[in-house]
Amino acid sequence: MIIYLLCIFLFLVGLYGVVAKRNLIKIVIGLAIMEYSVNLFLILIGYVKGGAAPIRSGEMADKAFTNFVDPLPQAMVLTAIVIGLATTALLLAIAIRIYKKYGTFDIREIKNLKG
Amino acid sequence: MKGMTVIVKKVTELMCGVIFLYGIYIIIHGHLTPGGGFAGGVIIAGSFILLILSFGSDFLALKKEETGSSLIESSAILTFLIIAVLGMIIGGTGVFFKNFLPGGTIGKLISAGVIPLYNIAIGMEVAAAILTIFLALLIYKDEVLK
Amino acid sequence: MDLYIPLFVAVPLGGAFLSAIIGHFLKRFGRIFTSVILAFLTGLSLFLIFTVREPLVLKVGGWELLGKIPIAIYMVIDGLSIYMLLIINLIGFLSAFYSISYMKKFTAENNYYTLFCIMTAGMNGVVISGDIFNIYVFMEMAAISSYALVAFGIEKEELEASFKYQVLGGMSSLFILLGIGLLYWSTSTLNIADVSRIIFSNGKSELIIFAQVILLAGFGLKAAMIPFHAWLPDAHSSAPSPISSMLSGVLIKAIGAYVILRLFFNMFAITYDVSLVITIIGTLSMVTGVLLAIGQWDIKRLLAYHSISQMGYVILGVGIGMLVLAKNGDRSVATLSIAGGLFHLFNHAVFKGLLFLNAGAVEYETGIRDMKKLGGLSEKMPVTASTSLSASMSISGIPPFNGFFSKLIIIIAAIQAGYYVLSILAVFVSIITLASFLKVQRFTFFNKKSSGLESSGISVREVPFTMCFSMIFLAVLCIVLSLMIIPSVREIILTPAVDVLVNAGKYSATVLGY
Repeated sequence: MIIYLLCIFLFLVGLYGVVAKRNLIKIVIGLAIMEYSVNLFLILIGYVKGGAAPIRSGEMADKAFTNFVDPLPQAMVLTAIVIGLATTALLLAIAIRIYKKYGTFDIREIKNLKG
Repeated sequence: MKGMTVIVKKVTELMCGVIFLYGIYIIIHGHLTPGGGFAGGVIIAGSFILLILSFGSDFLALKKEETGSSLIESSAILTFLIIAVLGMIIGGTGVFFKNFLPGGTIGKLISAGVIPLYNIAIGMEVAAAILTIFLALLIYKDEVLK
Repeated sequence: MDLYIPLFVAVPLGGAFLSAIIGHFLKRFGRIFTSVILAFLTGLSLFLIFTVREPLVLKVGGWELLGKIPIAIYMVIDGLSIYMLLIINLIGFLSAFYSISYMKKFTAENNYYTLFCIMTAGMNGVVISGDIFNIYVFMEMAAISSYALVAFGIEKEELEASFKYQVLGGMSSLFILLGIGLLYWSTSTLNIADVSRIIFSNGKSELIIFAQVILLAGFGLKAAMIPFHAWLPDAHSSAPSPISSMLSGVLIKAIGAYVILRLFFNMFAITYDVSLVITIIGTLSMVTGVLLAIGQWDIKRLLAYHSISQMGYVILGVGIGMLVLAKNGDRSVATLSIAGGLFHLFNHAVFKGLLFLNAGAVEYETGIRDMKKLGGLSEKMPVTASTSLSASMSISGIPPFNGFFSKLIIIIAAIQAGYYVLSILAVFVSIITLASFLKVQRFTFFNKKSSGLESSGISVREVPFTMCFSMIFLAVLCIVLSLMIIPSVREIILTPAVDVLVNAGKYSATVLGY
């Protein structure tokens, strides 16, 4: 159980980074940490203690289908990682563009739009 | 961007071919071992990125390279989509993503029908996409520093 | 018939990457090809609306049921999906056609059309997918391309708005992913129909209730409901105008409101608590959105705030229906209320799309968005002025236009269900909306020509043909959609969509087949 709580703790660390930090790059890092914590959580869902790889061939072909790691969360996490890559890359690209226009990464000075 | 010292350059020279081949290995064994299109594609892109980081990008025409890699990316996705749609046409079942090739024996390199083809398309796409992202960020950085 | 389902994703995706490749060699390819694709998809969804009576189910990869476990990814087209597909592709087609002239001044036009097609493919994918993780993937596809499109102008405001939108959107996506993980943990399946079957037979555990809350927050942020609305005015007003019309007209509905409806009607069993929360959120959005809109002088920002308010109407209508269903009340009242909500969803897509296109036309000719500096445009731009007038009357609920009928249905349903306060609030919001749009009409089109516009020496003319065509088409739709109150028309278009939601429990049986 403690390990799930640690996951949530990691999520909150990321949330702190997004909410409290004033540097654009640090906000992006906070978002990435949140994403990793969710990925970790999904992997933990599928984890089975002492479970084998879910391949039904070779020496595993005869064994009963009992103690296997769930492969579906792993596929989900792989997809989520790809999506996270796209989001992070786009965020960084925008952050660099903002730096070019404003000359700073500080969000207190980037406020042309009101609320 | 400037290159790095001669030690880094020499090591990169020796290593990056091996890394590239390893990426290809991961891609074509995607249906047999852990890894597959995405992981292998990242490794291949890594070999290119390593080259650019160690030798610098001053002698490259970055815009041209980016155009080329994004063209490869688009055509790889298109290949993927065409294979998926072919599943609807071949066999007349009308099923999206149908595995229309024979399965073969489990554990052999040429088996699992169309899945290796998907892996190759994804590998090309991911390698080109990550290289494109890297080049784009490099171009932005050069623009900002000017 | 199943053959047609994947086309809604495959065709725009193929079009996106074809226009990326061919666009390198042939500059004008993407411009025309995008409109052709979306016109084709609009035709296809119209065809499906007239032919499909039973839900179509496609199992991707041809994997059949294994015992009673659905292992394939399901793609489902039922009444609600077709209704949404029609809205998405119709507004998409008109925006793409409008872009042909509007986007000429931008560089990297082909990238624009590639992103546009990917966004449409993502929204179509969300609507047809019957698997919750697939919904997440398609939603991210649409959302990420919309982040890029908001920043397309790469000026200060655009970049800032896009960054804000991305951080909030990214957080909402993570909440949704977490919710999906929790749901998978407790039910061991991702198929919406199968989850619903398990919830109906086993009841709700605490974990599922927690997942429900997280999913409501995540999709509420995507739909810009009131406590989560901060990104919408910035993002929607900074984007290029055809994209604003796509974002406001379609995106917040397809990846926000639609998914909320699908999940909370068809997947989780309807409960009183959740319906109460949804109704309250809808009411808050409706009232607060319009109050925030009053003080705005930037024309696109004003329209963006009205989007929040009008989406509040949609959620309110559906929420009242949910409340009635949850209390086992009169089903005809629930049907009426949900029909009103869904009808308003279509109407909002039409008139808000049109209003953003009008704002784009004004900005295209004058380069000004501040209403104080505009004025007297009705003589110079007759098409823009008249279409904008019809859209304004429609959004504020003047009788022959479509907005009147959908608001009327929602108000009548609220009275029949006994929520008198909500009906009074709906009327009140409608009046403020009218006042707000009178301001838009007066200061933009009917006032004396302002000195600022005069001295800048811009010669204002009517906009080019493709822009006029899209605006006139939507203005005609504003009146034609009123015909939806005629029973025989309603039977074909609206009733199948409403049936899916009212008979929420039937969904899993029809999709799974047992």
